[in-house]
This record gives sequence, structure tokens and C-alpha cells, in this order.
Amino acid sequence: MADLTTDFLGISSPNPYWLASAPPTDKEYNVRRAFEAGWGGVVWKTLGAEGPPVVNVNGPRYGSIYGADRRLLGLNNIELITDRPLEVNLEEMARVKADYPDRALIASIMVPCEEEAWKAILPRVAETGADGIELNFGCPHGMSERGMGSAVGQVPEYIEMVTRWCKQYYDRPVIVKLTPNITDIRKPAAAARNGGADAVSLINTINSITSVNLDTFSPEPSIDGKGSHGGYCGPAVKPIALSMVSEIARAEATRGLPISGIGGVTTWRDAAEFISLGCGTVQVCTAAMTYGFKIIDELTAGLSEWMDEKGFSNLSEVVGRAVPNVTDWQYLNLNYVAKAKIDQDQCIKCGRCYAACEDTSHQAISMSADRVFDVIDEECVACNLCVDVCPVEGCISMVPMAAGEVDPRTGKVVDAEYANWTTHPNNPMAKAAE
Amino acid sequence: MAQGQMAPGIVSGRLSSDELTSNFTDLHPPLAPHEAAVAADRCYFCYDAPCVTACPTDIDIPLFIRQIQAGQPQAAGRTILEQNILGGMCARVCPTETLCEEACVRETAEGKPVEIGRLQRFATDDVMASGAHPFERAASTGKTIAVIGAGPAGLACAHRLAMLGHDVVIHEAKPKPGGLNEYGIAAYKSTNNFAQAEVTWLLEIGGIAIETDSVLGETISLDGLLENYDAVFLSIGLAGVNALRAQGVDKNGVGHAVDFISEVRQASDLAHLPVGRNVVVIGGGMTAVDAAVKSKLLGAEHVTIAYRRGRDAMGASRYEQDLAASHGVRIMCNVQPVAVHGNGAAAEIEMEYTASHDGQLSGTGETTRLSADQVLMAIGQTLEGAPEGLSMEGNKIAVNEAGRTSLKGVWAGGDCAAGGDDLTVTAVAEGRDAAMDIHASLNA
Repeated sequence: MADLTTDFLGISSPNPYWLASAPPTDKEYNVRRAFEAGWGGVVWKTLGAEGPPVVNVNGPRYGSIYGADRRLLGLNNIELITDRPLEVNLEEMARVKADYPDRALIASIMVPCEEEAWKAILPRVAETGADGIELNFGCPHGMSERGMGSAVGQVPEYIEMVTRWCKQYYDRPVIVKLTPNITDIRKPAAAARNGGADAVSLINTINSITSVNLDTFSPEPSIDGKGSHGGYCGPAVKPIALSMVSEIARAEATRGLPISGIGGVTTWRDAAEFISLGCGTVQVCTAAMTYGFKIIDELTAGLSEWMDEKGFSNLSEVVGRAVPNVTDWQYLNLNYVAKAKIDQDQCIKCGRCYAACEDTSHQAISMSADRVFDVIDEECVACNLCVDVCPVEGCISMVPMAAGEVDPRTGKVVDAEYANWTTHPNNPMAKAAE
Repeated sequence: MAQGQMAPGIVSGRLSSDELTSNFTDLHPPLAPHEAAVAADRCYFCYDAPCVTACPTDIDIPLFIRQIQAGQPQAAGRTILEQNILGGMCARVCPTETLCEEACVRETAEGKPVEIGRLQRFATDDVMASGAHPFERAASTGKTIAVIGAGPAGLACAHRLAMLGHDVVIHEAKPKPGGLNEYGIAAYKSTNNFAQAEVTWLLEIGGIAIETDSVLGETISLDGLLENYDAVFLSIGLAGVNALRAQGVDKNGVGHAVDFISEVRQASDLAHLPVGRNVVVIGGGMTAVDAAVKSKLLGAEHVTIAYRRGRDAMGASRYEQDLAASHGVRIMCNVQPVAVHGNGAAAEIEMEYTASHDGQLSGTGETTRLSADQVLMAIGQTLEGAPEGLSMEGNKIAVNEAGRTSLKGVWAGGDCAAGGDDLTVTAVAEGRDAAMDIHASLNA
């Protein structure tokens, strides 16, 4: 059995699955249930400054996007940080950590962008025995209007400044949670590193309106006829999160910075993908909110089984394994030529590949009177759309052409040599091949 | 008073009222909204979809299913009804397993087609439940057309003609409109008096009058109709039944399956409907299956379908055969009746085994006897009472693709016309298409 034990910034947990700072980690009762179920760690629901806690709306906090059979694909929320008194949260955290010393317990914090505020809360968090802190610079709704959350995360200078304070007043690992509501994710990540952050976690939720009620013309979720944008999460955001994680993993300024991956992790496979792109742990929220804590059984068993199949004995062998294969478009091999191939035995003759190619692509699939669909190699640019729309997995595949063969579309011989845009004759900026 | 299942002879009350009610509920219950959403999501929205090609009325099936997906069952219903005004009944009675659902690519892929029939019912039920008729009449043309027979072909023709602005008078021989929808379809496929409800809804288009008990060749004549109307559409169905050539078929207890089915449909109380303890149905089509299953549901102890050829040759689809088997009906193949025995009333039926040599069927000489206090013949219906002067093709009225007969001003469709399967959905298509041709010819 592969070892899922995780060492992240010196914080150990029995597996890489942490519950993200969110409703499931708002109080002792939930967190104990999570630990009993087998979760490796939790990031406690974000703490605010001492004093009267924030208040939440008293109507719907969540909106949703569904796939077939009401399968939840995307969730958005307008819930704020914890609305319970700071003291209560701190006491509970201390109790839970004492009872579960082998699990990771991270405190998420969001206080005003003033040194005093951070200086005040950090020692109190330290007293709980929490393994580290996560700075919530990500929440895009509500708190951002008060100059916190993503309002900080969108200004790299603030990130660096606050991170530095935290490193000054707190002696355990500091993780900076990043907002995706920004043009270039590498900038805030670099700022966190410059401020001394031990790690970044991403992505926080994405600005979103899940739907508009067409009777009342109110965005959903609707509070008395009005709606506000919320933070989008769940399976739908995974591709965005993977891309942002990969950017940080490979950028010069942030390479090697530990990452806790967040965004739509639903099955072990999602986790393995985040980890291969450089994440030391993954954080989960929507999947747990949709199915309950018991999914941890599949998450851990699945990851372990996959590692066994691949011959990995330790998670560290997987972390970052896909990063070298993430590159810029300009470095993709333009001499790689593939053609779509339809397995006629598997084809069920729905014609979706034909409609997609004929209407929206390259007219590279023919249709006979008796519904046989064939690829026209002279037209096929190997765009993959037919593969993507085919309902039968494995029916259409992209088959690379061998070097020396003639591509019937271009009439050119497929070259075994790698060549990319930077040296292509059509590129006005082309450099001579070295 | 229930006499119990084991009472000999043909008697009523073999089952309690509760059992009968439960037996005659919907064969396929309607889809709930979430079930419909899940079922609709399975549609791949195929290009040039095979299901549409397989539908005699060319309903744009992927479109209506997508409309259900998109939360507009009423729009879906209109898509169906524009092509097939009896889409509600067809959703219940179409042998979808040999039409759209057989062609569905998911049948190819996994042996589980999209449930097109039930989705169609979901959409059409929604339209009918809304209480509003979804179509409007065009401005009056001043023309009046006579439709003979208020079955599926006649109703479809009448509705289309009315929609195009013509007036229509339907002459129906029976006391109620609906044709086989009312008198022929298995009761468990058309519950809650659906056939009459559908006719009432269809007539809301306006411009259609129905004269019942109006019989061609008796109270009306084709010549008379041609004098009084601008065009005539014949949809008189197949009123005759084939007779069985075997000894003793005149004994009590021997009857026609279509009459039995009609009695079940028209019965005000199933508990008063008599059925044999041992029922043998002769034939291999849908009528045979309907009669056999109904006998079983009414409480017959042993029900056997006796068919003279092999199972593959049966007119009833495999699905229908399985339906019969699942109700405990025994299907006996390669036997033909030679005699009904009994002292006045049928008691046994003697069957001879058959064998096929070079496509020719003949008896082997070996016989067997089955207990049979009721024998139902389901060996086909024939055209009866067709007016003189029409060209025939085989035993049916010859028509061209648009439903024109050899007589000017006379069109025909449905089971009485040659060509096409004898299905409700085919009749609807023929009635609709004839209406379009009548309209074109009247406007020419």
C-alpha cells in the first residue's frame, strides 16, 4: 500500500486531504466528525478580529449549477467568515487539536489590513496549538467590500506586507490563500513569497452569479428579490485552478514554493492531478458539502490504489511530476501531426462528430447514407473536437503520424525533429534554429 | 359477487374489484418531472437522428426531448403534436421497441434506448393538462370535407383540414369516436378514458362535426357524399374479421379477439365481465397478445397463445411477447387448430403441430389437446364495406403516396388503405398527409 502520509511545511497529516476553510470547518462538532471520518486535516473556518462577529444573511447563501440528474457541478456562496465569537472558535480549536494531534489543524485568518490587528490575533491563534495559519486573501464577496479578502489578494503589495507581519508575529508556517479574481496569478504568489510565506493555497472562489430567476429577475441566490455575486467553487472550477497552480509551479519567481491545491477536488483523480502539478496537499469543500465526509474513504483508497498501480510508494514521488510538461504554446512541437481515427466497431452512429466537424470545424468527417462516419485525412487538423463530443469513450482517438509519412492535408512529410513557433518561418519574430 | 378464479366456464368476477383495478392500471406509468429530466438528459441529440427516420409521423424527437431538458414540456408537446395530433395516444400505444426506440443509438450502445415513448407522453400530457388547445384555425376556406370513420386516420385528417380553414364532418359508424383507440387498444395502455379525452381535446380546434351511427353503405353513400362535400376521406378501418377454419368453431365460447378487447374497453365494471378459466387465443399479432394479457388480468387461470408458425414470425414484437409471458401467458408456437370439442360449449381445442418446408406450412399429423372454455380468434381483420368503384390493391383500397384513390375527390388512409403498417401512428401520418393533399387540390 502506498504511503499517503503527508509532510507539508513540516506539518504532518495521515493523508493529503484537508477540508478547506469553509462552512464544513466552522465548529468543533463538524471538525470532530471530519477527523473521525478520516480527513487528514482541516483549515478552520476563517476567524475575524475580536469583537462583535460578522453577521450573515438570513436567506439562501448558496446557488448551484447542475449537470444531468441534478448532479452538482458548481456551487456559489455568499456566506462570510465565521459568525461565531473569536473566543469560542479558539477554545474549540485548542480542544480539537489536543484530541487529534496527528491531524493538521490550520487557522484561517482575515482581519483588517493593519499591523495591530494581525499582531493582536496571531498570539492567540498560536496558543491553540494550531499547526499553522492560512491568510484569507481570497473571499470575493462581502468581506472584500470592507477592504479584506480578495480586496487584499488583488494587490500584491498588500499581500507582501501582511505576510511579512505574520512571519514577524507568528513562528509557525504561514500559508497565503490566493484569489483567482486577478489577471496574473503569478504576481500575488510572488508577493507572498517575497513576504516570507511558507506556502500558497489556491484557488479561492471565483466571482459568480449562478443564475437569474426569470420570474423575479433577481440573481440567485436571491435575498428578498436582490442578489449579490458569490464565490464559485465545485467541479466546474477545477480546470481554472489546475492552470493557476501550474503557473505558480513553473514560474521562475515562485518555482518550488509549496502549494496547497484547492478547486473542485471531487475524486482521488482530481487530487492526483493537483498533486502532480506541484501541490503538497489538496483542500476539499464542495465535494464534502455535496456528499458528506464519508467521501474521504474513496479519496484515500483511490489515491493509494492508483499509486500502487503506478509503482509510487510515497506522495513525494508524485508531487510536481507533471510540472515539466507544462509549457508555453510557443514551445509546442509543430512537427507533431495526428489524425482522428474512428473505431467503427465501437461507433453507435449518433453523428455528433459529424455535426460538430461539419458545422463548426473543418469538414473532415464524411457521412454515408447508411450512417458510416469516416475521417477525411486530407481535411483533419486533429483538433480533437470529435473526440470531445463523442459519447463513446475510446471510439475516436487521435493517432500520431509516424515520421516520414506524408500528411495528406498539407502534402508535407512528417518530420521527426522537434520544431516550434519560435523558429517557424511564418513567425515575424522567429529566431534562427540553433 | 366474486366466484373465484377456479370457477369453470366463462364467468365474471374471477378476481375482486381491487385486484381488477390494480391489474388494469397504466402499463407504463407517467414520468414524474425529475424522471423526465433524467430520461431526457440521456438523449444525444443525434445528427439526422435515426429515431426520426423510424417514426412514421417524422416527429422531431431530439428537438422535443431537448425542449423537455430545457424545461419547456409544453413546447415539446407542440413539436410532437404539429406532426402527430394523436401524439398522446401514440405515446401510449406505439410499438416504440420496433420504431423510434429500436433505432435509438443508445439501444445500439447499451441496449437501453432513450425512453422516447414515455417522454412523448410527458410532453403531450402536459399540453393536454394545460387546458388550452395549442393550434389555431386559418381563415375559413368555405370548403367542407367528409371524413368517414373517426379513428386515428380520420381524426388526424379532420384536425389538419380544420387547421387549414376547412369545415369537416366526420361520419362514424359506431356510437363513439376514436376507432381502434376507443375500441381496440388494450385497456392497460389507455387508461382513464384517454381516447375520448383526446378526441374532445382534438375537437377544440373547431370546425369539426361528428355524426355517429352514420354507416357508409347504409345511412350514407359515397355518391351522396361526393355530391354534398368538396372532398371525401375514407378511413373506415378493417371492420371484418378472418374466420377460423376448424371443426366446432360454432360452439359457444368461440369468438373474435377484437370483440373481446372491445368489450373490455367498453365495460363499465370489469367485475361483471366474463372470462374463461382456460383461454386459448389463436394468432400471433398484437391483437392476440392484447386479448391474452387481458384474459389473464381478468383472472383466467390458464391462457395460451397458439400460433401456427415459429416465434420469430409472430407479428407481436419481442417486447409484446415478453409482456405476455411476464403476465403468465403461455406462448405455443407451430400449432394450428383443427377442432374445438365440447358439448355445445367449448371444452377443449385440438391443435395439430406444424412444420415449414420451403416456406410452405403443413400439419405434421401429430395433435394435442388443450382445455379451452374460451377460444379467441385473432387471425387478422379484413376490409369490409368498401364502396364500389374504387381500385383495390390486395384486399385494401389502392392509394398513391398522398392518399388519393382511383376516384376523383376521394382520398383514403389508415388500415383500410393499402401500404404501411396497421399502426395508430401510421394511420395518423396517412390522415395528415391526405389532408395536406386535399388542401392543395382544393386550392389548385
